[in-house]
Amino acid sequence: MAGVRALGSLSRLTTRRYNLTMFPGVTRRTFRVAACMMARTHVNYEIKGDVAVIRMNDPSARVNTLSVQMQREMTEVMDEVWGNSAVQSVVLISSKPGSFIAGADLNMIQACTTAEEVTLLSQEGQKMFEKIEKSPKPIVAAINGSCLGGGFEFAIACQYRIATKSKKTVLGCPEVMLGLLPGAGGTQRLPKMLGLPSAFDVVLTGRSIRPDKAKKMGLVHQLVDTLGPGLKSPEERTIEYLEEVAVEAARGLAKKQIPLTKEKGLMQKIQDYVMSYPFVRQQIYNTVQKKVMKQTKGLYPAPLKIIECVKAGLEQGPTAGYLAESQNFGKLAMTPESKALIGLYHGQVTCKKNRFGTPEKEVKALAVLGAGLMGAGIAQVSVDKGIHTILKDTTLEGLSRGEQQVYKGLNDKTKKKSITTFERDSFLSNLTGQLDYNGFNKADMVIEAVFEDLSIKHKVLKEVEAVIPPHCIFATNTSALPIKDIAAVSKRPEKVIGMHYFSPVDKMQLLEIITTDKTSKDTTASAVAVGLKQGKVIIVVGDGPGFYTTRCLAPMLAEAVRVLQEGVDPKKLDSLTTGFGFPVGAATLADEVGIDVAAHVAEDLGKAFGSRFGGGNIEFLKSMVDKGFKGRKSGKGCYIYQPGLKRRDVNTEALEILESYKLTPNAAISSDSDIQYRLVSRFVNEAVLCLQEGILANPVEGDIGAVFGLGFPPCLGGPFRFVDSFGADKLVEKMRKFEEVFGNQFTPCQLLLDHAKDPSKKFHK
Amino acid sequence: MSLSLIRTVLLTAFSFCSAARSLSTSVHLQAQGNVSGVMLTCEKWKMPIPFSQYNSKSKKTLAKPGVKNIVLVDGVRTPFLQSGTTYADLMPHDLARAALQGLLNRTGLPKDAVDYIVYGTVIQEVKTSNVAREAALGAGFSDKTPAHTVTMACISSNQAMTTAVGLIAAGQCDAVVAGGVEFMSDVPIRHSRKMRKTMLSLNKAKTLGARLSLLGSIRLAHLSPELPAVAEFSTAETMGHSADRLAAAFGVSRLEQDEFALRSHTLAKKAQDGGMLSDVISFKVPGRDIVSKDNGIRPATMEQLAKLKPAFIKPHGTVTAANSSFLTDGASAVLIMSEEKALAMGYKPKAYLRDFVYVSQDPKDQLLLGPTYATPKVLEKSGLTLNDIDVFEFHEAFAGQIMANLKAMESDWFAQTYMGRKTKVGAPPMEKFNTWGGSLSLGHPFAATGCRLVTTVAHRLQKEGGQYGLVAACAAGGQGHAMVIEAYPQ
Repeated sequence: MAGVRALGSLSRLTTRRYNLTMFPGVTRRTFRVAACMMARTHVNYEIKGDVAVIRMNDPSARVNTLSVQMQREMTEVMDEVWGNSAVQSVVLISSKPGSFIAGADLNMIQACTTAEEVTLLSQEGQKMFEKIEKSPKPIVAAINGSCLGGGFEFAIACQYRIATKSKKTVLGCPEVMLGLLPGAGGTQRLPKMLGLPSAFDVVLTGRSIRPDKAKKMGLVHQLVDTLGPGLKSPEERTIEYLEEVAVEAARGLAKKQIPLTKEKGLMQKIQDYVMSYPFVRQQIYNTVQKKVMKQTKGLYPAPLKIIECVKAGLEQGPTAGYLAESQNFGKLAMTPESKALIGLYHGQVTCKKNRFGTPEKEVKALAVLGAGLMGAGIAQVSVDKGIHTILKDTTLEGLSRGEQQVYKGLNDKTKKKSITTFERDSFLSNLTGQLDYNGFNKADMVIEAVFEDLSIKHKVLKEVEAVIPPHCIFATNTSALPIKDIAAVSKRPEKVIGMHYFSPVDKMQLLEIITTDKTSKDTTASAVAVGLKQGKVIIVVGDGPGFYTTRCLAPMLAEAVRVLQEGVDPKKLDSLTTGFGFPVGAATLADEVGIDVAAHVAEDLGKAFGSRFGGGNIEFLKSMVDKGFKGRKSGKGCYIYQPGLKRRDVNTEALEILESYKLTPNAAISSDSDIQYRLVSRFVNEAVLCLQEGILANPVEGDIGAVFGLGFPPCLGGPFRFVDSFGADKLVEKMRKFEEVFGNQFTPCQLLLDHAKDPSKKFHK
Repeated sequence: MSLSLIRTVLLTAFSFCSAARSLSTSVHLQAQGNVSGVMLTCEKWKMPIPFSQYNSKSKKTLAKPGVKNIVLVDGVRTPFLQSGTTYADLMPHDLARAALQGLLNRTGLPKDAVDYIVYGTVIQEVKTSNVAREAALGAGFSDKTPAHTVTMACISSNQAMTTAVGLIAAGQCDAVVAGGVEFMSDVPIRHSRKMRKTMLSLNKAKTLGARLSLLGSIRLAHLSPELPAVAEFSTAETMGHSADRLAAAFGVSRLEQDEFALRSHTLAKKAQDGGMLSDVISFKVPGRDIVSKDNGIRPATMEQLAKLKPAFIKPHGTVTAANSSFLTDGASAVLIMSEEKALAMGYKPKAYLRDFVYVSQDPKDQLLLGPTYATPKVLEKSGLTLNDIDVFEFHEAFAGQIMANLKAMESDWFAQTYMGRKTKVGAPPMEKFNTWGGSLSLGHPFAATGCRLVTTVAHRLQKEGGQYGLVAACAAGGQGHAMVIEAYPQ
């Protein structure tokens, strides 16, 4: 469905990059009690000559985190090492393959009830890292795997850093994506290490930095290659090798053979000189502040607080800086934005698991029908995961365009150096483009992405079922047609399932899987497994017109059309929606989705749900389509799109069409805020109704689907979290006001009313 | 061996040259009677056992019913010289010509008795892309003798020889000359792709205006040349870098590598001085002196070796210019015949060429492990065990690569985890291993090394009285080769 391009920083938040322990606090606490009585379990050390090698390994988790236990043991070990006169230098390393320290223990922060408690946590971290920074014995951080958040702050407090070139090695401070800030000295040390502009870039974007880039930036001093097969497993030996190299470096540092301070380059000197003027720094603060405000519309407090902390440190000295950092960290942890983002993070982790178990047969051979935008996109995200994929189209031109799309998608990755040209070629070797059904007899799954028309889908299904083997799953990629209607002509409806991808497939993280009451559990498990392999965040929903995502979006778009008919300019409509936190404005969204698709879906869902889906006049959409204004793909929609031009002008011809459908706005409910709530409340009400009707399995999937598929404001955490934090009663109150004017389109659903009546009822605990 | 070794010298030219200079000083010192002192420094490496000890052995022959016996009649090579030295002004086919002519002289073979010529090369001179044919014509072979060129990185001449074996076994030929040449003193350096495109369009441009506009499109950046591939194409990793990682993966220390390199140079020096390297022919280089000796052998001291900085992985790598094979110019050639034909022509063959295998594995992490994979496979094919082999000749791309292979062959875990075998094959005993030096010291002209290995095995079997020899080599692309050679009854 939706062509939501930019989802804000959150869309880049993936489990692989940002692992925080997900263990409920309870189990952790009981474990901790037991651990106190035992010897150290998380941190131990070995003295190799004059070098102490400190190894971290959290036995209860897949990744290391700076938990209370880890911090306590680390303090103990550090004291012992500092007190040992035989030790001249220290190496800090993780025994876990793939994780140095993935961050602070999120549960530790979530367990706090006041800002002061969180501030205290931050101050403890600051103190610990200050001691590390001032260590009389040089400490080498030997980094393999994720070095993020608190782990990253730990590493940059050390005197020297060596990282492996492993694909799993990433550095960065993603706290901002969780609505927080690096609260253990990150905002203070980074500006000094990297200079102001780079430091802001790292801290404000929260992006992951790969080892080679980190070396260039000066974040790490030395890189170590990953090793292949030897006398031990590659992972094990790589860690050993890293340790060997780090121990040598530590010795060199202790003997002053390796200098701690690097000679500054000319550019660096110039930059430092320029930065020494308060006026210049002030300009940078202002520029960054403006940029942040432009991108976040002021809806995200974390970036602003980060700027504040950096500023305090540089302008008023370290004491003020560290104080600002810890206090702001405390404040941010209590904001609804942070809670929403952390909720999304947890939800995303949940939606990266297959709750239907392991399928009986792994899908190794896939066939995609239709080489259009969607079909080619699905093929692209499959071939680069090693799935043999047939891409079938009916015309040579269509096939050629589709194959070119796959090639371009992969080739763009080589340009960004995320894959090599050789990898591109070997991925492409998994792709077979063809016009016939040759080889379908060996397919484990067929995903059809043909035109959204029931009779075409029926024809395709029958053709496919004639050639595929009995175990093969038939998945249909549709944004609105009920799966059971498509499955009606199937000889084996238990093998039919809906897989609703979002465009562009290689960028959008969400996959909505739709099961009918006949779909077997194994079919579902298999579809989820394929989706996960393709790197998707998955929600599994029940069947019905529009399923979940399209069904929520349709009433909002209907309302958007009405708003346009009431004479609101498309640009104004866009700024109202983005101002609420949507990454893409409603008018732009309609253009991205395609006006024809919107008209089609609106008509279908209108038939299915009746007047509740009314609002804007569908005839307006149809007139647009008649004129050829189908949105971005046709060059004209609400806006005019010119290739190569970033600037978009409002399509005046569309405004002329609007004239003939003009409505008179009701002044009582047409303020900017009212318009925003008219749009959002219809979205949210429909989402809650989906939960009430059982289309949705739980509110978590509802939130994830809305944010990752439709661009619901991440700072609000999704429609369900929004209801929780905004208050169901307040939302109902607003809806009742709109209901008076527009009728049942704004009638709150029963579940929402229940929540409004009983404030203790929450979707998220 | 490697295309990427180019980098060893291209990139470390300065440090390498200075190292070479200091090392060569020591060669002179040792040549004046200090050799025993050097040998003390590497006593860890067992020296060859006198060949008389092998004489008592008598094993079955590997002849198979219904399979033709194919023999190595003789093999020669030009002296292997560090690139950029005496051969610098030649062309590849000149070197190949010298080897072919040397073979004719050595064997007294009538030129028209050769049915076919197969020659290997790695870095192709674009003017002589079928270098086999150009060299054969230039060497005075009959113009009725067809010739083709093969390429398979460092095992190119192995491929040439096994192609010859195939032609004879299939009954298509009776006498085939195989060989290989590598000329690193001059390598093709191309214009950039954009420049080439412009130049090609220029050929087609008809009007002056079109030509001028094409000329006008040339930018300064287009003029920067394209050096020959210095890296594995599939992984973009240079071979030295991969060798360093391989050494680290198997925990091979810098010391072990330097010791092995020193062993290679020491043994090569001894073999050279002892007149063992009888496959080397003298070659009068036009405009220069007669060359009759390899010039890369330079035994140094461990201290001198220890001083060198890592060449590829800095600062903590272990592969240096001194424990890697160096860029070399050279050519080799062998005469391969069916046994009957050889006997009919009155030759006394030197050895039987028996079973051979080619293997390939992951070009990233197992680039240089060819010998580990090929050895057990070829032994199995021949029904032999490692203990049956009297003479081992492995290609020494890097000391670290040899040591890694030895460790891999000695590891049950590696055999089980990566090779799908129940047990390890075992590492060759050092007293039978490369006892006349190897690629590290003699030099490694990529496509000429294979024939040197086979000829050396034949010669060692004759000298030492053993019956079976084993050749194994790794090659770029993650490929490998091994061949079992049986001594011809004396």
